[in-house]
Amino acid sequence: MSHDLFLFLTTFLASGVEAVEALTIVLALGVVRGWRAPLIGVGIAALVLGVIVAVLGPALRLLPIDTLRLFVGALLLIFGLQWLRKAILRASGYTALHDEGAAFAAEREQASETRRAAPTKMDWYSFTVAFKGVLLEGLEVVFIVVTFGATEGRIPLAAAAALAAIALVVVVGMAVRAPLERVPENTIKFAVGLLLTSFGVFWGGEGAGVSWPGSDLAILAILAFLALLSFAFVRQLRRQRLAGLPVGASA
Amino acid sequence: MNNVRAFGAFWWNFIVGDDWRVALGVCVGLGIAGFLADRGIAAWWVLPVTVALVLTISLRRATRGVS
Repeated sequence: MSHDLFLFLTTFLASGVEAVEALTIVLALGVVRGWRAPLIGVGIAALVLGVIVAVLGPALRLLPIDTLRLFVGALLLIFGLQWLRKAILRASGYTALHDEGAAFAAEREQASETRRAAPTKMDWYSFTVAFKGVLLEGLEVVFIVVTFGATEGRIPLAAAAALAAIALVVVVGMAVRAPLERVPENTIKFAVGLLLTSFGVFWGGEGAGVSWPGSDLAILAILAFLALLSFAFVRQLRRQRLAGLPVGASA
Repeated sequence: MNNVRAFGAFWWNFIVGDDWRVALGVCVGLGIAGFLADRGIAAWWVLPVTVALVLTISLRRATRGVS
């Protein structure tokens, strides 16, 4: 039950932030150059992503469970640590926070400057940018849906969480016709990084033959440990950025 | 050949990201955990410690010379 909740939460949050980023790209194209070509690009990218989930998910389930957990655990750990590392650098001020408003403005400017096709012809620029944007943002969602879903045998639940988040973002985005700047993307990415890394530690450990004290409850302890560790890094990095020193120099 | 290289580079960047040492550290940590567990030695602490070490090293490198 708690695994289902974490699975839903992680997939929902990760899909939500990726959908916000993809929406910004599509909105900028649609507003400046018209909606037909970007929407075709979105549709085809969604189809490709759906096929990847449909093929990869069942294929992963063919692996023995310990091998699957070791493989997925290692991938999630590496992938989750990327998210966590970036989130810590952003939260401590070493990297600029992701700004959806600025991304929208840049994308809009680029879309305005690029030559347009005749109204009757396909706008390949819009199609390509929308397709690529949705595919790249969507691949991260697919990665999480497939790894989480396959390991827990709950790909439909993971896919439902992702679709719910995407639907929510699209509905709100279309209603306001503007990038969703108020979504606390940086905070959500921090939370997703923590969840991905926690599950990576747990499943990777299980796959390697580790017996976790407290069994499934260990995941909560891992999450708490990683949260405390990350906040400590943020605090230390903030202090050292202000002092102009590299991390660990005062330790 | 260029397409194959670009395809490989994309997936490398997608999975491994900015710092390959993180991926290496994770693989070493999993190897140590498996080695200890295989011999009946408690190994639950290995991966949390690995994460702490890997993050320390990676963040230190990322912030070196940046203020």
